[in-house]
Amino acid sequence: MEQGHAFQDPTICRGLLARIEAELDAPCAFMEVCGTHTVAIFQSGLRSMLPAGLRHVSGPGCPVCVTPAGEIEAGLQLADMDQVMVATFGDMLRVPGAGGRTLKEAQAEGASVTICYSPLEALKLAQRYPEREVVFLGVGFETTAPTVAAAVKQAEALGLDNFSVFSCHKLIPPALAHLLRSGEVRVEAFILPGHVSTVIGTAPYAFLAEELGVPAVVAGFEPADILQALLAIIRMRKAKRPRVHNAYGRAVHEGGNPKARAVMNQVFEVVGSTWRGLGFIPDSGLVLSEEYAAFDAGRRFGLEAATVADPPGCKCGEVLKGLAAPRECRLFGTICTPASPVGPCMVSSEGSCAAHYKYGLDES
Amino acid sequence: MQRILLDHGSGGRASLRLINELFLRHFGNAILESLDDAACLELNGRVAMSTDTFTVDPLIFPGGDIGSLAVHGTINDVAMLGGDPKYLSCGFIIEEGLELSLLERIVASMAQAAELAGVSIVTGDTKVVPRGAADKLFINTTGLGSISVANPPGGARAAEGDAVLISGSVGDHGLTIMSSREGLEFETPVQSDSAALHWLIKRLLDELPEVHVLRDPTRGGLATTLNEIAAQSAGEVYINEEAIPVKPEVREGCSFLGLDPLYLANEGKLLCILPEELSDRALEIMRQDPVGREAAIIGGIVSGRRAGRVVLQTRIGGQRLLTMLEGEQLPRIC
Repeated sequence: MEQGHAFQDPTICRGLLARIEAELDAPCAFMEVCGTHTVAIFQSGLRSMLPAGLRHVSGPGCPVCVTPAGEIEAGLQLADMDQVMVATFGDMLRVPGAGGRTLKEAQAEGASVTICYSPLEALKLAQRYPEREVVFLGVGFETTAPTVAAAVKQAEALGLDNFSVFSCHKLIPPALAHLLRSGEVRVEAFILPGHVSTVIGTAPYAFLAEELGVPAVVAGFEPADILQALLAIIRMRKAKRPRVHNAYGRAVHEGGNPKARAVMNQVFEVVGSTWRGLGFIPDSGLVLSEEYAAFDAGRRFGLEAATVADPPGCKCGEVLKGLAAPRECRLFGTICTPASPVGPCMVSSEGSCAAHYKYGLDES
Repeated sequence: MQRILLDHGSGGRASLRLINELFLRHFGNAILESLDDAACLELNGRVAMSTDTFTVDPLIFPGGDIGSLAVHGTINDVAMLGGDPKYLSCGFIIEEGLELSLLERIVASMAQAAELAGVSIVTGDTKVVPRGAADKLFINTTGLGSISVANPPGGARAAEGDAVLISGSVGDHGLTIMSSREGLEFETPVQSDSAALHWLIKRLLDELPEVHVLRDPTRGGLATTLNEIAAQSAGEVYINEEAIPVKPEVREGCSFLGLDPLYLANEGKLLCILPEELSDRALEIMRQDPVGREAAIIGGIVSGRRAGRVVLQTRIGGQRLLTMLEGEQLPRIC
């Protein structure tokens, strides 16, 4: 459990806010790129307290949100196979495939779909049901990919031949680079993901400051963590010295976690990948490497993720790039709600549209 | 090991044996023992009636079981309308193959919960369904009780200037069940709060008949129940997050599992809404009762910009909407 009580302290938060208000000398739009930050900013009420000049824009921060319909479709096909038990993280059950069908619906129709907290639980399922094929739908960024890699290695060590992974894993830095280099995104600073950074460290973000001149701060998830990061951003902007700063030292080492990266790099290889709302981004996804091809559910069952167009009318692409606010989408809250999401940002509880829908007061 | 067979639901001798040796033995009272087709009851004036079906998995959990829960849940619903629960019916749907000893343990627990609450189980029914047609055991209970107050509490009566009170910590039952489910492999010292609240309510209404709303925040949790009340009334509900009692172990478990305690079920808590000037006395009455010891004033009804919504003042002093539970709360990923 994280020792975060001081970081929730109202007095500390008010003090930080007062300093932010005093030092903010130019309007600044900042983007957070982690769904947990999105929820933290809303759930803590922080969003309602930020000064007017500090604009919060939610980026592509939730791995479930950016999983494209084509990959969900493949998961549904797997779930429909008689001998297959699909295991995955909870949020994946609500993500619609190409035809709008979800894993939750497949489950209701009789498919075997199990919610896991960890890929190691899926491994245990495979041991418990040797006559079935257990497929883990691997979703997540650099945070979860190493644990999935570790599960694959353990399956190999145990000689389990009924366990495989359908990898939908995505990588954060290439997506940030893609967003910024496209020139479409107008944000002046980034709050970088705390969890992802525990694995990759701060070096992969260096280009943000060095090449693009954008300050970026790795932050924790309590209100005071986020406020500290914002204060650091404002100071860097004022001094015109953009850097990548680690404000989450109690969890993130500059060098990240080399062991986790080694396992990830051994089991997976980097490929181009399609992101819901953002399209194809080179070098932004992970598939199982040749060495571990035997555990690749795609190869084992002859599946490939088809390219499926994003639904018409949905502004998620613009929301993910920070070009439109969720409420500017005409589907928001009418056709598109958390109960029947159309676009990626409404799909997961950590999506920016879902957060606006669930927590937002009268904001335009 | 003895198990329930389809024979036990046949209506023949096997059924009769089950009724005599199990249900009558534990539930025994004069009304039930008449064994007629219906129970003959004495009730005066207006009567509150409520029914609920219990399908909890696992059947036995820390702090209770499906039997005690089926008694408490229905008693509480009757009491929320100002009813004084007196009689319960119970219907059992049993999956073929259920261990008889497990059923007996649950029936005994039901009998004990009913006795402690001073209610009688006066009529019942048992069905046995083939394996797979139900999950082990479902129980339906219906409760009846006379209403003594002139103006029974109801959600529509919540009015501007009212205070909102909760009788204790939230999320205990929901987190207990979530963490007891197979596959989560998560251990916590948390126990279900399953309890009968009718005595607390009786004391409250005897002294403060002006209470506007009583509601137990069961499925969907505190947040969902507050939204139901907000929708029924003409006001905006304003809640102070800091004031909501949440046990540290529940908060930690929720943080670990990615759950929000405000959306987790409670089975022994009530929300009480009444004119602000009576709130201190209501709090005292609640705190004198073992099931209300941690009661707290958590907010009020204000004339908001938009009636029907619930606004939460967060711990750090911000504001946000507190919406209804959307579907099932699912574990999140990263």
